[in-house]
Amino acid sequence: MERYLFVAQRVSAMILGPLVLIHLGLILFAVRNGLSGAEILARTQGNIGWTLFYGIFVLSVTIHAPIGIRNILYEWTGISRPASNIIALLFAIFLLTAGLRSVTAIY
Amino acid sequence: MHPLRNHKSYIASIGHRLSGIALAVFLPFHFLLLGSAFNGANGLDQFLIYTDLPQVKIAEWALVLMLAIHLFFGIRVLLLEFTNWPDIPYRFAAWVVPGGIAAFLIGAVFLLQVF
Amino acid sequence: MEQTPEQLEVRIWRGKDDGQLVSYRVPIRDNQTVLDIVTEVQRLHEPSLAYRFSCRVGVCGSCAMTVNGQPRWTCRTHVKKVAGEGLLTIEPLRNLPRIKDLVCDLAPFIDKWQQAGAPFDATSSRKDPPAAIDPQSPLRRTADAALQCINCAVCYSACDVVNWNRDYVGPAALNRAWTLINDVRHGKRQQTLDKVFSEGGCSNCHSHGNCTRHCPVGLSPSESIVGLKRAAFSGLPRDK
Repeated sequence: MERYLFVAQRVSAMILGPLVLIHLGLILFAVRNGLSGAEILARTQGNIGWTLFYGIFVLSVTIHAPIGIRNILYEWTGISRPASNIIALLFAIFLLTAGLRSVTAIY
Repeated sequence: MHPLRNHKSYIASIGHRLSGIALAVFLPFHFLLLGSAFNGANGLDQFLIYTDLPQVKIAEWALVLMLAIHLFFGIRVLLLEFTNWPDIPYRFAAWVVPGGIAAFLIGAVFLLQVF
Repeated sequence: MEQTPEQLEVRIWRGKDDGQLVSYRVPIRDNQTVLDIVTEVQRLHEPSLAYRFSCRVGVCGSCAMTVNGQPRWTCRTHVKKVAGEGLLTIEPLRNLPRIKDLVCDLAPFIDKWQQAGAPFDATSSRKDPPAAIDPQSPLRRTADAALQCINCAVCYSACDVVNWNRDYVGPAALNRAWTLINDVRHGKRQQTLDKVFSEGGCSNCHSHGNCTRHCPVGLSPSESIVGLKRAAFSGLPRDK
């Protein structure tokens, strides 16, 4: 399993790289003159491009973050390996549901 | 700092990990807040109004910095593991300073945009 | 009038896990190594001080200890290079069970070396001719670059992940596995690769680089581990 988690971690990282760069670029652009709900939704509502973008973002983060957290929990908090697996899995489920819900909310 | 940790390669790895923790803690709030868009633009504006506060702008700057640090030190790991760049004896110390500078530059641009 | 040499304060770990740093004062001399100091303390001040050494000339790795927080070969550490503020702290190697004073038990280190797939599996006997391997072939050059490890455990002590995760086999074990995976004569290349990716294997390395930074032989376990990680995607390395 370690090998598959490792491969998943690195592949999700490769996907996230360009997505994060675009997201950062968008943030730097969007914060000019303050943030407004209307401005954000005007960009994302009904837009399949942004929906796909953030959908893939959520899926990649769902894989990438919990695998990292799993290692940190095991190495830095002294909990057992099975416990770190369970907490990471729960975190993944949360990110997936809350994340896809957000993507739906802005579509 | 302890002499075992007082070098670029280590700082990059720890920076990637600490920024990752910060982002992992922030993400749930980010997703839950975005859910308020179910109530349309007004739903979002309920929370976005706070982004006019200078304290919130500083907090946002910190988050942008965390994301940029995590990105650039993550790119370092991908470069180390999947390429042979740079072709020097101790390449694990490479990309740390440029990556760090790039992250802080993005943070600086953010500050200029919000203030 | 004879000039008395300057004195250096040296703190040396006495005891086992619960013990303490005990201070001694030794004269500073020209060309003095940390091993010279430990030897002087044992001979003139503390006969019961336990420590390891063998060759004394930077070849065997037996004298490895923690000097001012960093693992080093004490026979190759000149005092003037490390005792900046006139204070020297000498402790046993980190991440290994302590036996007494400066002596550690290397058994867990060797066990992990075995666990990572270290034993060489021969595929020919003495009746066969020597294997025809071009020393300049890519696989052989890769193996040769990592081959000189003498198991001194300095990298194992330097590694923070070894400190955080007792399952982690450590840099030396993975470095050894990498040399075998690149050795076409090794009959268990795939099994060694599978072991390297089990729990405690190379996916635990977080690219700190402490191992390479401290290796007294100038090896790069970091690069060996990178090679292993790539093999997760591309399988066993092949000669092109």
